[in-house]
Amino acid sequence: MSAGSAYNDEKGGSSNTGEPEYGHDPASGGIFSSDYKRHDDLKEMLDSNKDSLKLEAMKRIVAMIARGKNASDLFPAVVKNVACKNIEVKKLVYVYLVRYAEEQQDLALLSISTFQRGLKDPNQLIRASALRVLSSIRVTIIVPIMMLAIKEAASDMSPYVRKTAAHAIPKLYSLDPDQKDQLIEVIEKLLADKTTLVAGSVVMAFEEVCPERIDLIHKNYRKLCNLLIDVEEWGQVVIINMLTRYARTQFLNPNHNESLLEESAEKAFYGSDEEETEEKDEKEEVAALAKRKPYVMDPDHRLLLRNTKPLLQSRNAAVVMAVAQLYFHLAPKAEVGVIAKAQVRLMRSHSEVQYVVLQNVATMSIKRRGMFEPYLKSFYIRSTDPTLIKVLKLEVLTNLANETNISTILREFQTYIKSMDKDFVAASIQAIGRCATNIGEVRDTCLNGLVQLLSNRDELVVAESVVVIKKLLQMQPAQHSDIIKHMAKLTDNIQVPMARASILWLIGEYCEHVPKIAPDVLRKMAKSFTNEEDIVKLQIINLAAKLYLTNSKQTKLLTQYVLNLAKYDQNYDIRDRARFIRQLIVPTEKSGVLSKYAKKLFLALKPAPVFESPFKDRDHFQLGSLSHLLNAKATGYQELPAWPGMAPDPSVRNVEVKEAVPEWTRCSSREKRKEKVEKPFYSDSEGESGPTESADSESELPSEMESGGGSESEEGGSGSGSEESDEGSESGKEKKKKPEKIKVRKTLPESAESEQSGEEEKSVRKRKERKASSESSSEEEEESSSESSSSESESEEESESEPETKKKKKISLSKPAPKLPKKEISLLDLDDFIPTPSPQVTPINNIVSNSLATDLQGLSLTDSALSPTMISPSFSSVKTYELLHRITGEGLAVEYCFSRQPYSLDPHMVAVQIQFSNNTDTEAKSLRIQEPKLMSGMRMQEFPEIEVLAPGETVTVVMGIDFCDSTQAANFQLCTQTRKFYVSIQPPVGELMMPVFMSENEFKKEQEQLIKLSMGHLMGMNEINEKLTMGEKCQSDHAIVQRVTSAANLSRVPCGSDREYRFAAKTVASGSLVLVTVVTKEGMAAQLTVNCEKMVIGTMLVKDILQALSQ
Amino acid sequence: MIHSLFLVNSSGDIFLEKHWKSVVSRSVCDYFFEAQERASEPENVAPVIPTPHHYLISVYRHKIFFVAVIQSEVPPLFVIEFLHRVVDTFQDYFGVCSEAAVKDNVVVVYELLEEMLDNGFPLATESNILKELIKPPTILRTVVNTITGSTNVGEQLPTGQLSVVPWRRTGVKYTNNEAYFDVVEEIDAIIDKSGSTVTAEIQGVVDASVKLTGMPDLTLSFVNPRLLDDVSFHPCVRFKRWEAERILSFIPPDGNFRLLSYHVSSQNLVAIPVYVKHSISFREGSSLGHFEITIGPKQTMGKAVEGVLVTSQMPKAVLNMNLTCTQGAYTFDPVTKMLSWDVGKINPQKLPSLKGSMSLQTGASKPDENPTINIQCKIQQLALSGLKVNRLDMYGEKYKPFKGIKYMTKAGKFQVRT
Repeated sequence: MSAGSAYNDEKGGSSNTGEPEYGHDPASGGIFSSDYKRHDDLKEMLDSNKDSLKLEAMKRIVAMIARGKNASDLFPAVVKNVACKNIEVKKLVYVYLVRYAEEQQDLALLSISTFQRGLKDPNQLIRASALRVLSSIRVTIIVPIMMLAIKEAASDMSPYVRKTAAHAIPKLYSLDPDQKDQLIEVIEKLLADKTTLVAGSVVMAFEEVCPERIDLIHKNYRKLCNLLIDVEEWGQVVIINMLTRYARTQFLNPNHNESLLEESAEKAFYGSDEEETEEKDEKEEVAALAKRKPYVMDPDHRLLLRNTKPLLQSRNAAVVMAVAQLYFHLAPKAEVGVIAKAQVRLMRSHSEVQYVVLQNVATMSIKRRGMFEPYLKSFYIRSTDPTLIKVLKLEVLTNLANETNISTILREFQTYIKSMDKDFVAASIQAIGRCATNIGEVRDTCLNGLVQLLSNRDELVVAESVVVIKKLLQMQPAQHSDIIKHMAKLTDNIQVPMARASILWLIGEYCEHVPKIAPDVLRKMAKSFTNEEDIVKLQIINLAAKLYLTNSKQTKLLTQYVLNLAKYDQNYDIRDRARFIRQLIVPTEKSGVLSKYAKKLFLALKPAPVFESPFKDRDHFQLGSLSHLLNAKATGYQELPAWPGMAPDPSVRNVEVKEAVPEWTRCSSREKRKEKVEKPFYSDSEGESGPTESADSESELPSEMESGGGSESEEGGSGSGSEESDEGSESGKEKKKKPEKIKVRKTLPESAESEQSGEEEKSVRKRKERKASSESSSEEEEESSSESSSSESESEEESESEPETKKKKKISLSKPAPKLPKKEISLLDLDDFIPTPSPQVTPINNIVSNSLATDLQGLSLTDSALSPTMISPSFSSVKTYELLHRITGEGLAVEYCFSRQPYSLDPHMVAVQIQFSNNTDTEAKSLRIQEPKLMSGMRMQEFPEIEVLAPGETVTVVMGIDFCDSTQAANFQLCTQTRKFYVSIQPPVGELMMPVFMSENEFKKEQEQLIKLSMGHLMGMNEINEKLTMGEKCQSDHAIVQRVTSAANLSRVPCGSDREYRFAAKTVASGSLVLVTVVTKEGMAAQLTVNCEKMVIGTMLVKDILQALSQ
Repeated sequence: MIHSLFLVNSSGDIFLEKHWKSVVSRSVCDYFFEAQERASEPENVAPVIPTPHHYLISVYRHKIFFVAVIQSEVPPLFVIEFLHRVVDTFQDYFGVCSEAAVKDNVVVVYELLEEMLDNGFPLATESNILKELIKPPTILRTVVNTITGSTNVGEQLPTGQLSVVPWRRTGVKYTNNEAYFDVVEEIDAIIDKSGSTVTAEIQGVVDASVKLTGMPDLTLSFVNPRLLDDVSFHPCVRFKRWEAERILSFIPPDGNFRLLSYHVSSQNLVAIPVYVKHSISFREGSSLGHFEITIGPKQTMGKAVEGVLVTSQMPKAVLNMNLTCTQGAYTFDPVTKMLSWDVGKINPQKLPSLKGSMSLQTGASKPDENPTINIQCKIQQLALSGLKVNRLDMYGEKYKPFKGIKYMTKAGKFQVRT
């Protein structure tokens, strides 16, 4: 009311002074001359005791601010009221303060104490609002106070206050970027917060302050995924966008294999033939290997996709778009389709929303046309759409056009051409042109249609048609001399320069098809040359030149004339062109060699133009972003990283829990199993049950999750629950004969297979096949559908109805080794334990448990049924390699060997034992590793620094290297206190694996699987056979086994036949099976077979073993 | 994120500005005015305009441009969606969102904007929370406020922000407990010259007006939920329950809200409620044209078609129209060339028609295109897709609420090409 009156006052005032907008404010009633005391009445009101007067004054002041009037001279009077009791006055004072504090820094400080008091208030909402205003005041002096307040608020009990703290972080950062490091600490702390209220705000702060610190997300990734659905909508958008980027750095491209499979497979083949350890070759191989590695989606990747999917149903267009871009950038091809429907729904919204959505649809529809095809009609254009929208819809329609729907689309286009909106008509004509180039069958139809348009009354339409026809004719000029003739006639009428230029170019280019008309056209043009636009002039010169070359008899004079005109043209481009052409075509004495080639130069066959969508390749920008919309990088845009070649270690996302301690005997075995077993589960249920898959059980039970807090409980809990349900349904099919143990063990090979199999589809099919062998192989599809539904329902029941049972299960599962007191173990182990050098602050006990678990794994007999039977190496006559020679190392000699022990800190690493011996007579100090230079994906766990190595002494340490199953060398620097040495460790292929124990049957089964698997692409890809002649010393069983096991870290598989020797192992990094069979024959002959899904490893291994055996 | 907001009226004046970070000079809007000038229609102003240092993202509603100033990368839809939310909130508060309404309530507007964004990031956009913070102005309250000097700002602290159901406040009390649901379907269609359907689809919404005491927990089920192809929900709806059982289960916000919007699967054939017979012709060389349309009900399940309004944008060459209609009234604006015919209810016995002649600009050539005809109409008590609510149950509270459901079909973007 009062504000209204302020406005009205003001209006009256403005009519008085006759100055419409500026130079006065409501309070002064428009009398400009009394400037110096114009706010006196307001000041008086603010100083009064009555709240109502104060309020009235503040309302007027705010009205002034709202209209952009300067009210800064009232600052002292206003700031006094910051402690006013009346809430509305107080709020308006805040508004004022935030607006003007920056200009009046000193005076603003007066108010600070009020807020500081507010920060201590017992009421959380008052604390929050005090922090909010305090942080909004942009005064540099109070930065330390703000920092302190934020830090305190970040550990406030109330989530609302913590949320406000998160909001305050970017404010402080923009005020003083030097605080970044401290702010990152706060962000790190708040990221760990488990409430939905905070999540969105802190991710926003993260994005503004330190988007490059992607490592801060690791530990919070799963939590964020699970909280996502309950976060408020704006937060959801920010989180989803951030997670898209995160996922791009951490997971593998789910669509990679499809495109590169064949090509890379071949490469690997050839590479293996002449692989004589050439660095280059090997690099290629490794790359090929990475490509060929069958893709299994990381469960965390799946988690993200699954948890964002329901948000497609959000009412907030921004959220829907965020999910859509996430799916577009991250989901496997087969699953991206779900976003189309939601995006089409958004098209019903306001035109601005439509505009943005259509831009994104246009980009998507180039890459994934099939996705939007069913919704073709939703993109039909109405005469009431704004032009912007029309053009975008046209773009989408053009992208969607293909052989089947082109006739309908063209019919639509015909209506569009008649529209009153001429810009739109022009766009439609171009669209027709694009359809015609893309779809050969309709080219003639389109061309005819466009030719008809040439007689249109609207010049713009005709001009646009000419341009498009020109491009189309270039594709097949010979057949269309009629059209060219027709167009030649048009030169009399068409005035649009672009169109004239196009016609002239066409005639010039194809003058041989219209030999009679062309000179005539040139004649007309020469007449009007001086009145033409520049582009037309240029084309006239071109035409003249071309005619001169083909038909100089008739056109010589004309050409001369045109060139002379051009010579004195005002435009220097035209003058230059004329000069240039004259030199080229008119043979003179001076003219160089070039004139001989003039014909070739001018009448060269020109490639047909490509009609390209302006949206092509726009998807290198993150979709839905401002940069994508503008097709230019906006400030602060974070590039969407390319997929990594190899997935970084997924275990960084594991959040360790205190509870994990009693479980840890299982932990080791489970950790391996977990990953493998879970993968097929996820992929299974997704692949088969499709979009109706229920939302996850984790988010259903957030409380449980949170109390558990981490991967252990998460994966162990729900993961095992689902595992079991999967098994349940599976074993149900297998007629429930097998006892528990077998069932559990069964999951291992099965999971391994499906890991190898790569695409989910395949694994499903394969499993089916296998089943089909035991049952009758009828109606696979029905079967699979029933299977999936049963497993789905079971898992659902289990996870939803009884969280209790899950807990019980967990307990019962952890029973096998309940009596491992935590303290004892940590005492035992802490000493020789090396903490991980990861940047995260990880609680110490979890690492202990981890390493211990792996250490204990050999010991724990209780759960042997559960663990995959990884056995310690059977043979260990170790070969040592030299890392640093005594002389180059100036007395320091370093040797390494592959100890063939599992590396305790990380099961994916190969343990390398390094022996330092000091041959000098001084102490060598602080021996350590620096600057490892590793291929992407490779990781290295350094040994702890050796502080002192006394003269003559020898020390042995162990380090772990994850070679990613490649024989690529790990390069690093070995440093002493004084010197640095560049060294590298290159593993023989045999050291990249760990022995696996198997029964003969299992071995056969696996072998079969591997062979079967390869049927998909090329026969026998996974099997390499080689004939050999045994060396003389290789006659006895024992010798053969010894040779083989020393060449590679394999374990022998018992075998019935005495002419056969079987060995099995798994690669350390990816756990793919390696199966080796040696069959001895008459005399010295033998046959060696290696089955391994990794071609490169297989071929190299064959070579090594061959060598070992034939010596 | 959002740096500043400018409100611009259609004549190009900035009548409100609000900054959430440091002040951005209003001269930044010059880029916007340029774009506005270039565009013939206000709808054609590009929603995103890059300037050297800022990006301007605008929405146009109720003849006001809401121009947000952005400094760095942010999803454009995020800003657009937020701006629309601002407009919705204003509408909710002041009944209309016009320049006058904003000017009259400039303080409330300012307070709202202050609460909705913090440092440019949305803070409280839920209307329920906002209403707790700032009471909407009513005539009575304004009068009382001027006399007593009390305020619009809520005295209590906004506990809604802390609640697990942020869309509903605690302690709601009504003497009459009632819950009304409107199922409103809109049919979007393009009909071609010959009367056959080019495209037609049905979009629907379920709007609710719930005035219930306490914390009721409602479930709403449909007889034929399979009809719903694509749905989007108010955040209060439990998504899992829907996925599993196709039941809407929710704790409703207090007051009016949109519970659900849906799209009916395109496999189903869409019944077209009205048809148009038209004969519009221009003759070459003549200054007169012939115009005749008749409109009639088609597939309406026996319900009456009401509120029929026919509009058509005539070609530029048409100077004036001389028509007679059997029913309702027509207007033709010679400036915008817009013909609009308010028909009202269609009587199936006596079909309304509009016919007469058009006078054309002499000498101008015959327009290439006949005008398209846009139709608006309403059919009460019918959901064209056949969607039907099965039942509504309430849990969590003891009283018996009064429940009501209403169906309606409207023509959405219904266009007939001639």
